[in-house]
Amino acid sequence: MKNHVLRPLWVAIAFVALIFLARYFLVPSDFGVQGESFTYNYHRKSNVQEWKDFQVKYLGSDVCVVECHSENGESLMASPHAIIECENCHGPGVDHPETEEPAAMSVDTSRLLCIRCHADLNYPGTARAAIPGINPDEHNVDSECVECHNPHNPDLEEM
Amino acid sequence: MSCSRRTLLKNAVKGCVAASLPVSAFKFLSPAEARAAVGDPAVRWGFLVDTTKCVGCGMCVKACKKENEVPYDAAVTRTWVERYVITRDNKSHVDSPMGARDGFTDQKIDKLEIAPEDIAKAFFVPKLCNQCENPACVQVCPVGATYKTRDGVVLIDRKWCIGCGYCIMACPYGVRFFHPKYKVAEKCNFCYHRITKGMDSACVHACPFGARKIGDLKDENDPVTQVIMNERVAVLKDEYGTKPQVFYIGLDHNVR
Repeated sequence: MKNHVLRPLWVAIAFVALIFLARYFLVPSDFGVQGESFTYNYHRKSNVQEWKDFQVKYLGSDVCVVECHSENGESLMASPHAIIECENCHGPGVDHPETEEPAAMSVDTSRLLCIRCHADLNYPGTARAAIPGINPDEHNVDSECVECHNPHNPDLEEM
Repeated sequence: MSCSRRTLLKNAVKGCVAASLPVSAFKFLSPAEARAAVGDPAVRWGFLVDTTKCVGCGMCVKACKKENEVPYDAAVTRTWVERYVITRDNKSHVDSPMGARDGFTDQKIDKLEIAPEDIAKAFFVPKLCNQCENPACVQVCPVGATYKTRDGVVLIDRKWCIGCGYCIMACPYGVRFFHPKYKVAEKCNFCYHRITKGMDSACVHACPFGARKIGDLKDENDPVTQVIMNERVAVLKDEYGTKPQVFYIGLDHNVR
């Protein structure tokens, strides 16, 4: 066969080979179908472990109260606020137990935190209606809630 | 140049064989050796939302954003809470300011004041990724950057995602968004790093009222599975055929 017919063919073959060569180096070895379905399980396998290794930030009241802060735990656990996780107000613990760095914790004592539940919305039939509520625009507007109410023992009788 | 039909066909066959040689030297997929287990196939994560217990405090949204390093002041979130107020004239009012990151503290809905006597019913509906059995978002990914694990959670490979946004458009529930920092698609993954360590998802953990629960649907003694099997639950947008794995108690027909 004549040379000018073959020459473009070699170019085409070289081009296809180049694509596969690039694929060989660019696609990770663990990339493929990791299960039954090409549609849903086609991915890089090591990414699953990467997500498992993501850092946990919220440790849980069990860690806070049982292991270190029992003095705060006892009064709190007897109050209606026992259902609230420590870290909801005190911020995520992350590595606080290891470093014992109090500065790493930032307690939120703002009105905005309390009125998440205690702003009266008056929606009949919701659980919100059962929570004691105030109108944030009228109830001691210039004060923080914690100046009068103890969040660890919110009993109004013992105020 | 003269070329008979016979030589043309002969050369075409030869050319095809030559072109297919390098194809067999490399493989499109690496199926067999990579087919080892991903996650524990004996587990199927499912979620239960009890809308009757939700008070709209938004603690779940705050905890989720901090746990998963979602930019706190950006208007994106992996989970959010919607407030529905249905008035007596049968109009549905919905809002979710900043995804309810700071809860619902105002009677006004989208600056609209509704008199308490006009309210027929009102409720809060937490939303999150449904980790569908047939996830539309995974089907449309052109690069294999999002996938379903063996235990049923849909994950996104941040290193592999090209940020094309097809999945964000494909999700019928609107749970996906563009991560402002990593410039890739982002969504709830049931806190995969927590559930695989035996902990609850951050939102489940933060909810003081037990409105959110996560469990193993393959374990029939799991409290979540018990409720889904024995009580009246519903899923969002069942008609899309995505088979969501987030089940709702007390879902109203006004919820979209």
